[in-house]
Amino acid sequence: MSLENTIILSIMTPLIGSIFILLTGKWPNLRETVTLVTSISMFLVVGSLTHSIMEGERPTITLLEFFPGLNITFTVEPLGMLFGLIASGLWIINSIYSIGYMRSHHEKNQTRFYFFFAISLASAAGVAFAGNMLTLFICYEVLTLCTFPLVTHSGKPEAIKSGRIYLGILLGTSIGLQLLAIIWTWNSAGTLDFKQGGIFDNKLTGVTISILLFLYMYGIGKAALMPIHRWLPAAMVAPTPVSALLHAVAVVKAGVFTVLKVIIYIFGVDTLAGFTEDNWLMYVSGFTLITASCIALTKDNLKARLAYSTISQLAYIVLGASLANGIGIMGGGMHIAMHAFGKITLFFCAGAIMVASHKTEISEMDGLGRIMPFTYTAFLIGSLSVIGLPPLGGSWSKWYLMLSSVEAGYIVFTAIFMVSSLLNIAYLMPIIGRGLFASPKQNPQSKEEHIKNSNFWMGLNFGVVREAPPLCLLAMFFSSLGCIALFFYADVIFRLLAPVAGLN
Amino acid sequence: MFEFLTPHQAILIVVIPLLASPICLIVRHSGIAWLIALVASWISFAIAINLLNQVTTVGPISYLLGNWPAPWGIEYKVDTLSAFVLLFISGISSITLIFARKSVYFEIAEDRIYLFYTMFLLAFAGLLGITITGDAFNLFVFLEISSLSSYVLISLGSSRNALTAAYRYLILGTVGATFYVIGVGLLYQMTGTLNIADLADRMPELSDTKTVLISLGFITVGIGLKLGLFPLHVWLPNAYAYAPSVVTAFLAATATKVAVYVLLRVYFTIFGYQIFNKLVIDELLLVLGLIAVISMSIVAIFQTNIKKLLAYSSVAQVGYMVIGISAVTVTGLTSTILHLFNHALIKGGLFLALAAIFLRIKSVKIDDMAGLGKLMPFTMAAFLMSGLSLIGVPLTVGFISKWYLILATLEKGWWPVAIIVLIGSLLSIVYVWKVIEIAYFRPVPDKSSKIKEAPLSMLIPIWILVTANYYFGIATDYTISSALSAAKELMGVAL
Amino acid sequence: MNLSFEIPGLINYWIVIIFMMIGLYIVISHGNLIKKIVGLNIFQVSVFVLYISISKIDGGSAPILDETIKSYSNPLPHVLILTAIVVGVATTSLGLALIVRIREAFGTVEEDDLLKSERLDD
Repeated sequence: MSLENTIILSIMTPLIGSIFILLTGKWPNLRETVTLVTSISMFLVVGSLTHSIMEGERPTITLLEFFPGLNITFTVEPLGMLFGLIASGLWIINSIYSIGYMRSHHEKNQTRFYFFFAISLASAAGVAFAGNMLTLFICYEVLTLCTFPLVTHSGKPEAIKSGRIYLGILLGTSIGLQLLAIIWTWNSAGTLDFKQGGIFDNKLTGVTISILLFLYMYGIGKAALMPIHRWLPAAMVAPTPVSALLHAVAVVKAGVFTVLKVIIYIFGVDTLAGFTEDNWLMYVSGFTLITASCIALTKDNLKARLAYSTISQLAYIVLGASLANGIGIMGGGMHIAMHAFGKITLFFCAGAIMVASHKTEISEMDGLGRIMPFTYTAFLIGSLSVIGLPPLGGSWSKWYLMLSSVEAGYIVFTAIFMVSSLLNIAYLMPIIGRGLFASPKQNPQSKEEHIKNSNFWMGLNFGVVREAPPLCLLAMFFSSLGCIALFFYADVIFRLLAPVAGLN
Repeated sequence: MFEFLTPHQAILIVVIPLLASPICLIVRHSGIAWLIALVASWISFAIAINLLNQVTTVGPISYLLGNWPAPWGIEYKVDTLSAFVLLFISGISSITLIFARKSVYFEIAEDRIYLFYTMFLLAFAGLLGITITGDAFNLFVFLEISSLSSYVLISLGSSRNALTAAYRYLILGTVGATFYVIGVGLLYQMTGTLNIADLADRMPELSDTKTVLISLGFITVGIGLKLGLFPLHVWLPNAYAYAPSVVTAFLAATATKVAVYVLLRVYFTIFGYQIFNKLVIDELLLVLGLIAVISMSIVAIFQTNIKKLLAYSSVAQVGYMVIGISAVTVTGLTSTILHLFNHALIKGGLFLALAAIFLRIKSVKIDDMAGLGKLMPFTMAAFLMSGLSLIGVPLTVGFISKWYLILATLEKGWWPVAIIVLIGSLLSIVYVWKVIEIAYFRPVPDKSSKIKEAPLSMLIPIWILVTANYYFGIATDYTISSALSAAKELMGVAL
Repeated sequence: MNLSFEIPGLINYWIVIIFMMIGLYIVISHGNLIKKIVGLNIFQVSVFVLYISISKIDGGSAPILDETIKSYSNPLPHVLILTAIVVGVATTSLGLALIVRIREAFGTVEEDDLLKSERLDD
């Protein structure tokens, strides 16, 4: 099959899968098999593109003319390739986890859950492979809308309230600001195609670029720059697999991915580097980076803490992009991958703790590490990767990001990166510390009762050890393995992204 | 078989529903009357499709009534714009009529149903006539045919408030139509002709005279009343809210659109866009449009009756169309013409879905919608999907018109306008989502409720419109090229 | 401007304007539904007069094909106004019919009372 058709197939696979999920809704085992098969085939399809992209090919396919002179086009370039691989790869792991989590949590409407999940993945793939800003915008909006039922899955009042914030901010910013920016771009540049080096050809003055950059950056609400980050903590009411895949990987990464795309291909790195005095974006993202870390420190709810950590880590990527040099782009791109693996592991652990011990607040988790050793091991690996310590993937991206700030001549941002890493340690390590060394206050659920209520799907029991469901553990195993593997195979990502960053 | 009729298509499209109307009156049987109306409407629809094809391939069609040559006799003229408007009016009417049978049985006493179809056909014929005629006074006659019959249609609503709503519409509608006649009279006084093409020929040399400018003012106010142009919209919310559901859907989708069409015709065909250099009507329209978009969207947010909510939203949407006109550019007019079509699809879908809901729960109050997402999944899904189109989410028709409107304002460098238009969309998120949240998240109040999904004869027409919302939102080629060439015709730009 | 000269020549138009204003004023200001219809009729009639006036030529006769007739008034506006009168009659009768129904349903034809009952229904 030609590369062009493969692009279409990679978007169609989850869509077709979603139809089968609906059809097999009455038979949970079959339905979940369909999900797994779909995710694996999507990963294979996306993966089959990798080699040609590394070779320098840029397959492009145009579906239809949307407006005169403006098409719906899909094309694969290195960044999109990376995002596509991460999203589809982690979907497999996440599906394994979902099955364990959703079953033992007795969630309702599981067919709807898997259905919208598949569609979200299709739109994430659409974002990844979009060939121009219009296509990207369309997929971006579809992604917002089809994740809404996932966020409000429980249907409880707080879920509805959060859903309102989620939809209000994401739809509001994208229609109110991003669309305006896109139409403005179209009006002044006459094209929306992604082009290395930007499409403006020095047509715009510094001030105009500043305003346009503002419209784009705050229009891309999914990148969660402060002060439009509120939707991300709000979305944590969703079931944990949703938080894990969508709000650590697909949705937020679609946001920062769009930021990278806009900076690299719409503005052009050099254009942006040319007006560094006015580059407010660096300061805003630097501010977000530190502030979000500080807020994370104050959160007792584990998922909320992870959410603020995500906001901070997203700001790393935006900051890397706004430093406007090749190394920054490289660091930002890499961080998409590294953070995805690290954060999904952490969310998996948070969900596993919730399933196995029904605890959501960190202060209640004293001594839990001794009861759930596997979960806490995975948590440790994920934390270290997010903090950026070798031999874990996160160390590479942070290295490049710091290098980039030095190269750009902003030592202040180097300092910010370092302080933030310390803050990472400060908000992640105590969780492990309390889990391993503090003594449990009380046990709300007696051991016998737990064993009585559980079966194989519910969780493992070996004497004192009462672990999360085996499928959840399996997923955590794979994702933490990924964190380690990325340290040793980071050069693959480097080679993939080198042409985009201009580092070859 | 019917080849001999082909040259007469332009008159047949109006005459068939016009004649079918008294036939309905004579048969006095609800079922047969419905069938006659349905067949007449579909024939008109078929002719409209044919006309648009012919116009795009061959060029404008001119039909002389009774073969009297043009400036003296009445001429029917079909160009891209009128063919496009004819197409969606007859399309919406045909789809609404499929839907109407069950809904009308439910809402109107059976011994009056044949009268309902009589009036429906008259209104339909009137709207088609307005669109197709090339004669300014003939236009007035059709305007009154459609208006008088719509007053009757509105008064057939089940609540007694329908009567007062119809009465107020009658007063304001008549004042509007009379203003239009005054305007036309003044034009006739200056030019001695009523033929639109002829008027256009004679206008340039007269466009400095006060009489002509005053006539423009009268026509603007007159049609503004019909259009529901802010602040002349006061009749509209009640009329839409208390009319029978089918009537609301039909009028909301077509009547105001035809009024916008008349405005386009008068401004750009008769007077020519240069007239805006003489009289600052464009700026007036811009301001009124902007106020309409913001204020009416805010008012819509606070409505508890969903029909009223959508009615206020319609006034806001008319604001978008008027803003498009006020740009006086090809892109601006394209956005207006596109939105005529797109908004007909959007509001048609929303009001029909609401009509199906009314059939089942006997209410259009927002609080009674609780749990409908579960009880009537297909109807509610249609409402949701049309609602997304109203907001202007990509892949829907609403997005297409919004895109062009913003492009038009940016081309003119009107920054604040673009921002206000977008704020309008954000407000529409609020009022659409208000309904969606209650329907999907609030539990069914009465667990034992026996509310069923709407019947298939309603779901099919609703979903035809919803599909059209998405089909034309993705395969935009047909609508955009038609709207673009219509806009170019109006602006006198070479195609 | 010499008013004593102008007014007789333009007297029709002055009458049109006066009637138009009276009619509109009644429509807007009166709360009684029937009076509104009356006002509407006065308003419409003023427009009829306007049309007839513009077609009149001083000394013109009816448009009859005859050797002796040199100048004649334009007949077209008369025809138009015949149509407009028909429309006006239809409007008036529909309006009155609605008033009858309103009176049956609400027991009043006064705007203020109607507004109160309408709000109660809403």
